[in-house]
Amino acid sequence: MFMSVILEEAGSHRNNRLDSENNISIKVEKLTKKFGDFTAVDSISFSVKKGETFAFLGPNGAGKTTTIKMLTTLLKPTSGVMLVNGYDPVQNQDAVRRSFGIVFQDESLDEELTAYENMEFHGVLYKVPKELLPKKIEELLKFVELWDRKNDFVKHFSGGMKRRLEIARGLLHHPEVLFLDEPTLGLDPQTRNHIWGYLRELNRTEGITVFFTTHYMEEAERVADCIAIIDRGTIVAEGSPGELMKQTNTNSLEDAFLSLTGRRIREEEIGSIEQMRNIRKLWRR
Amino acid sequence: MGTIYILWLRQLKRYMRSHSRIIGSLGQPLLFLLALGYGFGPIFQKAGQGNYLEFLAPGVIAMTILFTSIFSGIEIIWDRQFGFLKETLVAPASRLDIMIGRTLGGATVATIQGIIVLLISIVAGFRPTNYVLLPVAILIMALIALLFTALGTAIASLLEDMQGFQMIMNFLVMPLFFLSGALFPLQGLPEAIILFSSLNPLSYGVDGLRGALIGQIYFGFGIDFLVLAGVSALFLAVGSYLFSKIQV
Repeated sequence: MFMSVILEEAGSHRNNRLDSENNISIKVEKLTKKFGDFTAVDSISFSVKKGETFAFLGPNGAGKTTTIKMLTTLLKPTSGVMLVNGYDPVQNQDAVRRSFGIVFQDESLDEELTAYENMEFHGVLYKVPKELLPKKIEELLKFVELWDRKNDFVKHFSGGMKRRLEIARGLLHHPEVLFLDEPTLGLDPQTRNHIWGYLRELNRTEGITVFFTTHYMEEAERVADCIAIIDRGTIVAEGSPGELMKQTNTNSLEDAFLSLTGRRIREEEIGSIEQMRNIRKLWRR
Repeated sequence: MGTIYILWLRQLKRYMRSHSRIIGSLGQPLLFLLALGYGFGPIFQKAGQGNYLEFLAPGVIAMTILFTSIFSGIEIIWDRQFGFLKETLVAPASRLDIMIGRTLGGATVATIQGIIVLLISIVAGFRPTNYVLLPVAILIMALIALLFTALGTAIASLLEDMQGFQMIMNFLVMPLFFLSGALFPLQGLPEAIILFSSLNPLSYGVDGLRGALIGQIYFGFGIDFLVLAGVSALFLAVGSYLFSKIQV
């Protein structure tokens, strides 16, 4: 399979790791992030085993995206310790960056480029060896069933096609962990099913650790080995879907989630990003 | 190296593919050339200053480069809000390389726009006096482009969204343009305007361009090059620093 191609090369930067526990992929201890007076993430601790599919759930504004940003070197924590694949995202940014792939909550493709060019751009940035790059791009685009659209501009793609392309792109440099922040948001059941199909296959055949967030509880119930529920910046429960249901005496993860986080709707203020998105919509039409 | 190249290439591909952007951004210089060039021509002539179109064309070329450069720097704000910047910022590539590649790409695009406006002005009746100095003119265009793309990047690194954009246009870009000697000669102006103009890096760009194209020079080539290169280096350094501090 495509992953075996650069397995050897990936091994070269796995020396001098801080973590000796070989079966731990992500470890977080007392992680805190404050924005001024507001504590977005409040001293959370959890760990994710290698090869696990880990769901990070919580209502809007609970601190999920902030946590992912800290794990992926985009934000510096206020305090606490993190290890991603044995490296510290604060001290050893580049080693961490090479070791994970990410699908952001917001779309992060260049719409003026083709699917192939987006892949190529990523490959060059991640220094995938030149002679391997075309082959790997082909394999991954075939894997997400976009090979026949490789020369089309991304601006003509549907939401589901963009997501699939982002997943292919996130896998190009052979990461050990794939972070997905609401990967199935706004997609139809067929596409969602497809996407989880790809991720399961990767997880099974390549042993990639999958760390994801979602608001679709039935998805988490179906695919996650382990779930952590975060609310108002703290982790309120952790365990397998079955354990969480047992703990809360409920029959579905959705009910377990509601019983743990309450039924009150969380209002989020519309931020400047949302406002800009609206402006862009006007510009594009 | 790969990082710089791929970011440069991205800027160029995006430019080549947006035909509406190319045509749209050439409308304004064309209007300036025709309306002002022919409109003020007779007065300029009567004042004993010679052909206004000859005088104006280098200024309009500099204007085009200024606007294109600042815009392409500011584009980072879009990239930042719509995700693509995140893709580059989580990559194991140096931020300095990313910033430099992007800036060089933007500067290349702005230089091409400048050359197109030069060709348009030739069609409109502008005649460079000395074609041998054309490469010098292009070099000066590239320096103007580099300087202001780096400035745009620096500003964009500080802004979260486009709210402040209008302020930048009104309080930075337009004054830089109007008080650069692009539209009128600096000789004999009030002290205050001359002082501002000599603090304005675009003045040296306009001056060098006019020197190379029609042989009229105010500060001199030596000073023009020194100021353009020096300020470009400064803005690149500041831009790189601010860009490296971006958190998304």
